[in-house]
Parts: sequence; C-alpha cells; structure tokens
Amino acid sequence: MLPNSEQFSALLSTLSADLVAFLPELILAGGITLLLFLRLFPQLCRVHSGFVAAGVVALALTTLLGNGHVTTNADWEPGAFTGLLRLDLFSQFLRGLLLLFTLLLLLLCDQTGIPDRDDSADFCVLLLGGTLGLMLMTSANHLLMVFIGLEMASLPSYALAGFLKGQRTGSEAALKYVVYGAASAGVTLYGISLLTAVFGTGNLVTVTQGLGHMIADSESVPLLPMAGLCFLFVGFGFKLAAVPFQFWLPDVFEGAAAEVSAFLSVASKAAAVGLTARVLLLLQEANPESVRLAETLGIALAVVATITATWGNLAALTQTNLKRMLGYSTIAHAGYMLMALSTLRKDGMAAVLVYLVMYLVMNLGAFAVVAVLRNRTGAETIAACRGLIARSPAVGVSLTIFLASLLGLPPLGGFVGKFLVFSAVYDAGQAYAVAGSPTLEWVYSLLLGVGIVNTVVSAGYYLAVLRSAGLDEAEATDASGHALPLGEPWGVAVYLVGLSIVLLILGLVWNPLITLATSAIR
Amino acid sequence: MLDSLLDSTERETDLVWLSVLTFLPILCAAGLMVIPGRFKEWMRWWSLLGACATLTVAACTLIDYHRLLDSHSDRTTRSLYHPANRLDHRADQAAYDAAQAVPKPFSSFNMFTRRAWNERFDINYSLGVDGVSLALILLTALVTLCALVASWKIDQQLRGYLAMILILESGVIGAFLAVDLFLFYVFYELMLFPMYFLIGIWGGGRRKYAAVKFVIYTLFGSVCLLAAIITLYSVDVRDFVPKPAGDLRTEEVHTFDSVTLSRVGRAVMLVLSGQEERIGVQTVAHGQLVPTMPDDTNATVPLLAPGADREAAIARLKAATICTPTFQYILFALLFVGFAVKVPIFPLHSWLPDAHVEAPTPVSMILAGVLLKLGGYGLFRFAFPLAPWAASELCWYVGLIGAISIVYGAIVAMGQTDFKKLLAYSSVSHMGYVVLGLATWSAGARAEYWEMGVDGAIFQMLAHGITASALFFVVGMVYERAHHRDLNRLGGLMEPMPAFGGASAILFFASLGLPGLCGFVGEFLVILSAWNFSYALAIPAILTTVLTAAYLLWTWQRVYFGTNPDTAQFAEMTPRESSVLLTFAALAVALGVLPGFLIFQWMEPSIQGWVDALVRVRG
Repeated sequence: MLPNSEQFSALLSTLSADLVAFLPELILAGGITLLLFLRLFPQLCRVHSGFVAAGVVALALTTLLGNGHVTTNADWEPGAFTGLLRLDLFSQFLRGLLLLFTLLLLLLCDQTGIPDRDDSADFCVLLLGGTLGLMLMTSANHLLMVFIGLEMASLPSYALAGFLKGQRTGSEAALKYVVYGAASAGVTLYGISLLTAVFGTGNLVTVTQGLGHMIADSESVPLLPMAGLCFLFVGFGFKLAAVPFQFWLPDVFEGAAAEVSAFLSVASKAAAVGLTARVLLLLQEANPESVRLAETLGIALAVVATITATWGNLAALTQTNLKRMLGYSTIAHAGYMLMALSTLRKDGMAAVLVYLVMYLVMNLGAFAVVAVLRNRTGAETIAACRGLIARSPAVGVSLTIFLASLLGLPPLGGFVGKFLVFSAVYDAGQAYAVAGSPTLEWVYSLLLGVGIVNTVVSAGYYLAVLRSAGLDEAEATDASGHALPLGEPWGVAVYLVGLSIVLLILGLVWNPLITLATSAIR
Repeated sequence: MLDSLLDSTERETDLVWLSVLTFLPILCAAGLMVIPGRFKEWMRWWSLLGACATLTVAACTLIDYHRLLDSHSDRTTRSLYHPANRLDHRADQAAYDAAQAVPKPFSSFNMFTRRAWNERFDINYSLGVDGVSLALILLTALVTLCALVASWKIDQQLRGYLAMILILESGVIGAFLAVDLFLFYVFYELMLFPMYFLIGIWGGGRRKYAAVKFVIYTLFGSVCLLAAIITLYSVDVRDFVPKPAGDLRTEEVHTFDSVTLSRVGRAVMLVLSGQEERIGVQTVAHGQLVPTMPDDTNATVPLLAPGADREAAIARLKAATICTPTFQYILFALLFVGFAVKVPIFPLHSWLPDAHVEAPTPVSMILAGVLLKLGGYGLFRFAFPLAPWAASELCWYVGLIGAISIVYGAIVAMGQTDFKKLLAYSSVSHMGYVVLGLATWSAGARAEYWEMGVDGAIFQMLAHGITASALFFVVGMVYERAHHRDLNRLGGLMEPMPAFGGASAILFFASLGLPGLCGFVGEFLVILSAWNFSYALAIPAILTTVLTAAYLLWTWQRVYFGTNPDTAQFAEMTPRESSVLLTFAALAVALGVLPGFLIFQWMEPSIQGWVDALVRVRG
C-alpha cells in the first residue's frame, strides 16, 4: 500500500531530518570510499592517508558538534529511520567521544609511523570502518542494529589486530580474536532471535519495556526472554572484556600494535559501555519504582563487576610485558565501569560517561608511551621503561601522570572518574535502602569496599612501572654512565605533554563535564 | 579569578594571600623549568628564594591572624580566646553570609575563604587559618627552607629534586589550610609522588624498597580516608547548612565541608548519649551568628543552622544511618587508621624506619619535621571533631595505642646501632605523645586537663619538628664526613668539631625533654594531662622519659665522647651547615624558655575553642 502524498511529504521531512542528524556517519562512510579511491591514482598516493582520514574525522566531529538540533528522548518519539536508531544526546555524547578518540589516534599514528605509507590506506579504512560500527552501536534502537553495529565494529578490529604482517604473535592474536568474536556473535544472535520471537519485534524500547515489566511484576521470569537477555549480554560482555569473556584480550593486546590496542581498549569499550548503559536504562525506565530489577540484574552485574575488577588487577600484578599489563588494567577498568552500570541509576550512568572521558585520555596516553618505547627501544616490556624519566623527561613524566591517573590519584582526571563511580555505588546502596531493600544496601556497600581494595591492589603494578621508569638506572648509557636520551621526535613529546595537561585540567575542572553527562543521560 | 579582584563585592584579600601561601612553592617549581640546565647554582638560589618567600608570607599570615585575635580581645583576660574567632565560627558565618537572599560581600579579614570549585558535588575551594594550622605551616616553611639549604651538595638531577621538594611543600601547606575534606584529600595525595621519587631516586642503597613501602602504607591510609570522606558525604546535612529566608526546598544536601560535618558529628553525639533535647538552633543577631561564650552555662548547644525546624531536624537525624553507634565507630576507625599511618603509630609504623634510613638527609628532615605532623593534625582537625562520640568512647584505647607507641619506639630505639634508624624509632616514640595528649578526653570540670593535653600534643609536634629535623641534619653531617652511620664506629667528634658538638648537644637535650628546652614543654603537658586521665597510661609514658634519656645520652656518648683516630681529622661545620643547625638550636632554646609568649598566646585560643566545642556535648 503506497502512502498518500501527505504521508509521503511527512516521511520525506522526517527522513531529511534524520539524514542531517546522521551526517557524521555519512561523512565517515564517504571518507572510507574516498580513501579506497585514492589508491587508484598512484600520483595521489604520495599523501599519507592518515592525514586524509584525520581530516575526514575532524569534519565528522565538527558536523556532529554543529548538530545542535538533535532529537530528544521523549517517549512518543519513534527514533530516527523508523525507530532503527536513536540519535539523542546520549548517543551524541558517545559518538563525539568516539570521533574525538579516532582523531587523536590518527594524529598519534602520524607521529609513530604505524602504519607506514603503503599500508596507511588499509589501516585508516579499517579504523574508520570500526569507528562507524561503534557509532552505530551507541545509537542502536533496534536489536538488528545492535547486531549490525557489533559486527561492523568487530570485523575491522579482527583485521587491525593482525595488522602487523609477518609477526607470529599478531596473526595468532587476530585468529584468537576472530574465534572468540565469532562464538560470541553467534550467541548474541541467538539471544536476539529469542527476544524477537518472544516480543514479536526487535525494537529495543518495546523489548526492554516488556522485559522490565516481566521482571518487576512476576515472581518467576519466563525462561525464554531471560535467556535471550543473558545471551545479549554475552555479546556486550565480549566487547567489554568482562569476566568470563576476557580471555582474548591480553593476547590480542600483546600481539597487536600499541595503536590498535589503544583503539580496542578505549573505543570498543566506550561503545560497549554505552550500549549496555542504554539497555539497562531502558529496562529500569520500564518500571522505575520497583527494586526487583536491581535485585536480580543489578546483583548479577555487581558480581560480574567484582570478579572482573579483581581478576584484572590480580593478573596484572605479575605481568612483565607493558601492553599485556595495560590489557589486564583495561579489564580492571571495565570492572569499575560495570560497578557504576550495576547501580541501574542515572547517577551511575552519568558517572560512567565521565569515567569514559577520563579513561580515553589516560589510556590513550599510556598506549602512546608504549608506541614511543617500541619505536625507540624495540621493546614493549616494563624493563624497557628503565630510567625513562632520566632518558626523556617529557615521556617519563607523562607516563607518570597517565599511570597515576589510571591508579586514581588526585588531582588528575582518573581520580574524578573513580570518585564519581564510587559515590554513585554508595548512593545506590543508600537509595535502595530507602526504597526498602536492605539486601541491596549490603550488596552495594560491599561493592564499594571491593572497588577500594582493588584500587589499592592496582597500585602494585602501576607503581612497578613507575619504579622502573623513575627509580631504576637506564640500561642504555653512554661512556660516562649517563643515561642516553630516548630521542623521541618533538611531535610525540608535545602530543604526550598535551594529553597530560588535559588530564590535569580535567581533574581540576570537571563541573562542565558532569553537567554534560547528566544532560546526556536525561 | 582576576576579574573578581576588581569587583568590590567579590574582592577578598585573604583568598589571595592564602592562595599565594599555598601555591607559591609550586609556582617556583614551575619557574625552575625555564632555568637552563647548566645554571645549577641559579636553580638552588631560585628555590631558596621561593622557600624564603613562602616563609615570609607565612609569617605575615601570623601577624594578620594575631590582629584577628586581637580584634575581639577585651584585654582583661589572660587569653586571647574569643569564640567569634574560632575557625568553625568564622566558616559558619561565611556560609551564613553567602546564603542570604542577597549574599553579603566576602570578608577580607576573617582569614577564611570559600569559593565553589564544583557546584554539582558542592566541593569548595575553602581555606582557613587557625592557631594550630598556622603553627604547623610556619614549621613547614621553616623546615623546607632549612632542607633546601641542607641539599646544596645534591647534584644529581637537581631540577627534578628541587621541584619535588617545592611541590611537596605546596601539598603540605594546602593540606594544613584546607577546610573542605575533598580539597584536603587532593592536597594530601599531592604529597605522595614527590615523596616517592625523593626517596626512590635520591635515596640510599635500599631506596626502591623503602619508596615502595612508603607509598603502599600511605596509600592504604589514604584509601581509608577516602572511604571515610565518601561516608561523610552521604550524610544529609540539610538542617545544618544555612538557607536564604523563605527557601522552602526540601531535597537532601550533601557536603564535604568539615565544619558543617563536625556540627553533625556533635549533634549525633548528643543523640547517642541521650541528650537530644540539648540540640539547639544557631541564633542570629544583627546579621551575625551568636557565638557560645565560654562562661555560657546554657544547656542548649546551637548546632542546627538558623531557621531550621528543630523537631523535624532531630527526627531526621535520628532516622539517619549516621546516627548509629556502629556507623560512628566505623567512621572514627577509618579516620583514625588513615591518619595513624602518617603519624605513625604502632603497629602501622614500619614504613618509617626504612624511609628514614634510605632517604637523603634533607628529605629525612622534611619527613620527620613536616609529613609526620600531618597525621597528628589530621587526628586533631578531622578524626576527633567529625566522629566525637566514637572518639570519646574509644579515647582510652586511643591513648593506650599512643602509650604503646611511646614505650615501643623507645625500647626499639635503644637497640639500634644505625644512627638514623635510632632517630626514626625515637620519632615513633615522640609522636606517641601527640596521640596520648589528644586522647586524654576528660569531661566537665576536668576538661582543663584535656586542654592541657591537646596543648601539649600540638606543642610536641612543633618541638619534634624542630628537634627531629635538626638531628637528622646532624646525622647527615656526620655521614658526609664518616661515610657510615654505625654508632659503634663513631666517637670522639667533640674533639675536631667542638662547635658542632655544642649545637647538637642542645638538640639532643631538647629531644630528650630537658626543662628549658622545647621538648620538655609538650611532654610535660601531655603527661600532666595523662596523669589526670588514667594512671595506667600516664605511668608508662613517665617511665619512658627515663628510657628516652638513656638511649639519647648513650648515643651522644658513642658519637661525641672519647678519642677516635678515625674521626680526628673531621672538618668543623661550614657556615652553610651552621646556619641550619644554629637556627634549629636557637629555636629549641627559645621555644623552651618562652613557649607562652612565642606560641601559646596565639595558638591556645584555637585549642581552647576546639576543646570547648567538644566538651560541651560530652555533658
């Protein structure tokens, strides 16, 4: 049945509005095509594709920031593209974060020389493709889009993980990643089909409302939808690297280039956290007064968060490879983020968004230092950092700041993130106690304790690196025993110092960020 | 910031001066970065200049503070105490002024400043001065200055070294000035990394082990502190913060303001000890909060903010989780453990000997002279006022821990042959007096003894700051000449270095508490107070003075007396060294002879107010 002209013009105007809101993604897609086409003309290949890609991302970012007239999250609003996507402030925040990160990463890649000029087109295409998938994940409003986003983000990541050709560890990492990824994608798809079968639609709002009512109202939840939800979370857990889906991560991080590890560690996680937060918020909104959801899903998430953070921190203690250690630290940070997600409250979600911003800066910085070390010393071990502060004050001091921030020391950004997460957990305990669930008060108090103990444990491995960088003598010395300068290019030094200054500023002035995150959640 | 200086309603000179006092060292550290690497002598003089300037600003702050005390004094009483000068009263008044529908201009003369840092969480940049914090800030500025003079010979990575010391100084001064708990925590943590690197890079043989041990212990303490701060933040203080008239908002209010939270703590104490009818509302006359005069025997304690609904507030308070004994005990335990690591108190002291032994001389001076004082200060400023009920219930046990530290430190010091380790354990013993003095909480008419104990505790911190820094400097001088610190191989130093021997004799005797020198005053007051509190705690503390005398005199004999061919060629102290040592010796004598004139006349009013506030709620 064809629409009449009135409906048609209405559809047309909605479509054009949606397309404007979707412009950043379209620019990225155009950029990918452009990069591929550029390879056809050898005389154009003199330009390093990294700069072209950075330009495309910068354009997409400005377009996104210019998109002031985004749709709101009102209930009657079906979402963009007949409900497939939800381009609200929340997705705006995360898409901005992802684009910003990709831009910074491309700038880093231009400095560190991975990829070289011949490979740069492939690398940039994969990177932009992955970013596009992650952006779709953060704005998905339909289970189908969830799956498409997950896969679109995963496939380039597999290729990126094995990008260092001819390296055994890289190929092994990519293969491991593919196998785990394929398995988890299969499980997720199964979950999606179960949920779609039960509720007759894949629309996330409808599905979560139905699920929310089921959990809140009935004593025993039917098996099918519950299994569907659990399988869906398997896919999220894989992207988040939450225990027990974390096995791929350390190997992949060790095998892949540091730049790729940074992408997997920050961007993938940001999108996965965003998607999880969206689903959880929708579930909670279905029945805001009830504590049943927190008593079931909240406790389960709290348990996963506890195990993830503890596992990551304990395993990181014994590492000697810097990238592997940062990989376990990534798992631990996923645990902290899950703690805030497990509160199922808006405070917690806002805290996670702020945490992600801080995490972006500090983790990117840490991986950038690893890339510099790899370029200058050829090693990526903790031992390679020895005497780093003496060899290069700029890199050494920046590394100190990044790691201190990952550890959560004030006045750096990482402290703010951790503080917000912990206070959100504490507030959740108090709020649920008032709402009439003393069990939950205990659970969240315990979770707070776990978080604090984990922070202390994490000091062990961050300090081990700092000890190596600050206190140990450099291995490379000149004839008179002085440490040899690292000799990093000045561009890298500026990049690292810039990131550390940003981290310091974020740690001092974080009011605007919280305001932004809170408005994004609402 | 700059435009607020020009706006007459925003202008606040004490904001400027207190900020300068806090951040001047960091600014100097930033200045170091632009001095080219080969001008090492310039760097030394530049940082010395920075430390001198900081000390000058601190001294000017003292003059200003004295003027503030004088402004309310009627000169007919012995003491300059007036409740309107108390830091908490000034802070409350500032909050009341700011909460008016038309906020009053900030006062430039109240030595307290509060500006919003983060509105969402009500975190304030609030700094305030009272006698105790000011005394410790002066000590910090002085010891840092002397430490910089003492580090003239350090050449390795000089820029980083000087920058670390200056950043450390800023962190310490900021922590002493901070009234907001969050701000305090930030400054408290700011000290962690500079100290880690100072021990770890410029230290002795086992420096890495010592540095990591230091960080892990300190981090454990600060995590306890953070847990306590988050706990306190969860308290609903809506009846304790002033609101503009006609403001009928009813949502919960949370704060990091330690002054507000200490009023909550006192209210909880009244509830838990069954005296809730005594909780009163602060009254206002002519736009000023009415302070409680010391001779005011009125049973009501004004704790709630002006305009609060008393009945509803008490009902709300009684329903809150904070108002349970368990909660109060946990809160006090977290705060106590957090600061006890820093003091350090047995059994959390074991980082100290390692850190002291491995740290370079100037860093040991700062560690003993300044950083340990933060522990005592934290107990005074935060642990007791924020959880007074638990503190009063547990004060005997706190005193017991202090007494054990005193005895344990002295006994272990007796057995040391390493000069520095001996001094480290003597620090444990001496800082035990601080804890004992704070813990002698006796109620009612005997509160004057408690006041004496707190006076003694704070004075002991100053005295120990002077003697311990000086003695560590003495060890450093001996080590530079002998290249070892083994007491059994030293000896006969008096012969080649008579002036050095004489100056260090003063400091040794000051440390063991000879009357007329600074160590005596604090210990005497603490013991006097402890005797009136509990014989069981006083007697070990008294007997330990004999032990202290024994190990210090024995050390003195082993280092200075006798003849020793190995040490006969040692050079007498240089002018640079004597400038440090004689300053400390002169201060040790001056504080011993004129403690009242030099310190107590402006420090005691704050302690009097502190004791008065807490004793009033004990009933």
